[in-house]
Amino acid sequence: MKRVNAVVVGAGAAGGIVAKQLAVSGMSVVLFERGKWYTPADCRKDDLRNQRTTVLGNAFGPEDEGNPRVLVDAAGNAHVVLPSEGSYQNNAACVGGGTLSYGAQAWRYMPQDFRLKSTYGAPPGSSLEDWPISYDDLEPFYDQAEYEIGVSGDYSPTPFRSPRKRPLPMPPLPANREFEILEPAAKRLGLHPFPLPMLRNSVPYNDRGPCMRCRWCCGFACEVDAKNGSQNTVIPIALGTGNCELRMSSTVKEVLVDDKGRARGVSYFDESGHLQEQLSDIVVVSACAIESARLLLNSKSRLFPNGLGNRYDQVGRNLQGHHYTGAVGYFDHDTYDDMGPGASIAVMDYNHGTPGLVGGGMLANEFIRLPIHMVDRVPKDTPRWGLAHKQAMRAWHKRSIVIMGPTQQIPTADARVILDPAVKDQWGLPVARIQGNCHPHTFEIGAVQSQRAEAWLKEAGAIFTSRTGGKPATISAGQHQAGTCRMGNDPQSSVVNRNCQLHDVDNVFVIDGSVHVNNGGFNPVLTIMAIAYMASDALVHNWKGTGLRS
Amino acid sequence: MAGGVVAGAALAAGCASRGRGNWDFLNDGQAHTLAAICDQIIPADDFPSASQAGAVTYIDRQLARHYRRHREAYRAGLEQAELLSRKLAGVSLSQAPQKSQFEVVTAIEKEQPAFFALVRSHTFESFYGNPRHGGNRDAVSWRMLGLDEPPVRGRAQYDFTKGAQS
Ligand SMILES: Cc1cc2nc3c(=O)[nH]c(=O)nc-3n(C[C@H](O)[C@H](O)[C@H](O)COP(=O)(O)OP(=O)(O)OC[C@H]3O[C@@H](n4cnc5c(N)ncnc54)[C@H](O)[C@@H]3O)c2cc1C
Ligand code: SF4
Repeated sequence: MKRVNAVVVGAGAAGGIVAKQLAVSGMSVVLFERGKWYTPADCRKDDLRNQRTTVLGNAFGPEDEGNPRVLVDAAGNAHVVLPSEGSYQNNAACVGGGTLSYGAQAWRYMPQDFRLKSTYGAPPGSSLEDWPISYDDLEPFYDQAEYEIGVSGDYSPTPFRSPRKRPLPMPPLPANREFEILEPAAKRLGLHPFPLPMLRNSVPYNDRGPCMRCRWCCGFACEVDAKNGSQNTVIPIALGTGNCELRMSSTVKEVLVDDKGRARGVSYFDESGHLQEQLSDIVVVSACAIESARLLLNSKSRLFPNGLGNRYDQVGRNLQGHHYTGAVGYFDHDTYDDMGPGASIAVMDYNHGTPGLVGGGMLANEFIRLPIHMVDRVPKDTPRWGLAHKQAMRAWHKRSIVIMGPTQQIPTADARVILDPAVKDQWGLPVARIQGNCHPHTFEIGAVQSQRAEAWLKEAGAIFTSRTGGKPATISAGQHQAGTCRMGNDPQSSVVNRNCQLHDVDNVFVIDGSVHVNNGGFNPVLTIMAIAYMASDALVHNWKGTGLRS
Repeated sequence: MAGGVVAGAALAAGCASRGRGNWDFLNDGQAHTLAAICDQIIPADDFPSASQAGAVTYIDRQLARHYRRHREAYRAGLEQAELLSRKLAGVSLSQAPQKSQFEVVTAIEKEQPAFFALVRSHTFESFYGNPRHGGNRDAVSWRMLGLDEPPVRGRAQYDFTKGAQS
């Protein structure tokens, strides 16, 4: 097969952007994706089989068959888990990755999020660090992500917004009923509510129409293609240059290394299951935090017996996601208006500055509730089954509001991805074994966040409330997975440098949520996108035509 | 109305709607026991019970598909449930009066917690999930909750038949 300049592994949020940036600069690229390309017509709006409720499987991959992982529980017992089980920690496997079916909240982190350790000090037992880059370094690339991929919303009502040079490219969607109920209440509490940022067209943008406000959004592909992901923005542009080839249903097995210790390409199983090689000048790993770590660990060679980039046993460590906490409020009037996407209003007042807490988190109302989601959200004193449960469903489905948010997760080095010594996937490759939990201070922050959500709901007129969150026994690093190939200046305590380049091998890059030093008190995808633009920029800048400038 | 009758009627409909004389996984006895448990989890009121809306059809289909891994749990669990019913109520679960069915199912929850948790989840999935899987017949639970069915479409603020201006 023809040698190319760059191989990119994973056509998700980050991989799609990298492929586009390199292809537009004139580099030849092969973009690998283990999943398929779904179209809006493939979205069956199935409440039981989508990317959020997966009891009958993941609509957008991976399949249950042949893709196990191993989860080690708090007591130290290992369990083989399937992609449709929550503890698998899945994101997605398709062109677009998570961005085909995500909720599309489009958050910038705050300047303090890049300086958590120097702002607060690291809690004992945590692996909290500052990033080697600052918010200001990333700002232009947040802007690029917002404009190229397309974000609607309006930060102007909140003084806590991160510094920015221009407003978002699209106005927010009109308020839904929850927004109207929650906004005045937040203001009475002295908070600064605003219409949250979304990677979703509120007006025609990028040659596609606006959101039609349906019931099935988060977890589903948008049937009118108003949700903006890599599959309907950057990837088509990359392919349009003629410099990028997308190879789907192709799983990359390992990064190949020559005897000088530099990458020479990848080996992969093609769509008919044959093992092939694709040679390249550089390799970019953008397989999402858990699979990126696994791919590096599976890339063993004489020079790198413990996997690529893993000289100091850092690959796979500091696995993070988000501990979601909040509250449900029950009202004596209808709160539900059947207007998607549902999530509409947020506050950033609680992200930083609470004495005793290392950060905090954003709080927002939840995505539109499907009946199946309500089953375990009826008031706490409801019997778990029987007529009373059915009647509680009828009483509260349209009369409740959920406020929650991603609590700043305090990382530990022991929360990690390693290779399972026994369990293999359909290709015979060792699968990811996930173990450890985040630092307990995370749960202290979460508990405060729940109380804050509860207070907001009460002020909005909830007749009673109940808290959600608690203390999960295992790490929650599925959709928001990050941290496994930390970015840093010190090769002994990080995996990549500020350009997302492996400390160990200068022509291998990890560009996705893996490089996050911490995951902010916000959903992560816009930061993943911004980092992809930033790292691509450096890569293109250092590219000499046949190799990298040293 | 006696529980057994409700379940029986629903089961007949379940089979007929699939155009087959048989279940994919269950036998008739198991199907009756399961229907009785499902109907304690979601009993009929002015809206149908779980099995009337197709719960057994849903579970049976998935035991032949996505829930193949739960077959043994169902086989053993339903057998155990029958033993419990004969012990506590003196008859097969689907034949017992409503009040005894409630007591037996309460005992199942206590003595077979893992099995009960499975049936509970699957019953809720069948009743509140998408009708295409054989439960929630005619989207009856969605109507019960007051959701528009079919759902309202095309509420965009812009007419997107015109598409984007490029
Ligand atoms: C239902 C849902 C809702 C979400 N909502 C939000 C939200 O509102 N806001 C937000 O910020 N984030 C949200 N997320 C998370 C967001 O989608 C992720 O943060 C983001 O997609 C991660 O980007 P990534 O590039 O790291 O990985 P992905 O987007 O997951 O892309 C990685 C790709 O690599 C492929 N791949 C992996 N291994 C291999 C291999 N060996 N060979 C070939 N290909 C491979 C995968 O199949 C996948 O397509 C949501 C996710 C889901 C599923
Ligand atoms: S709510 Fe809007 S963006 Fe979401 S799936 Fe429906 S139409 Fe698409």
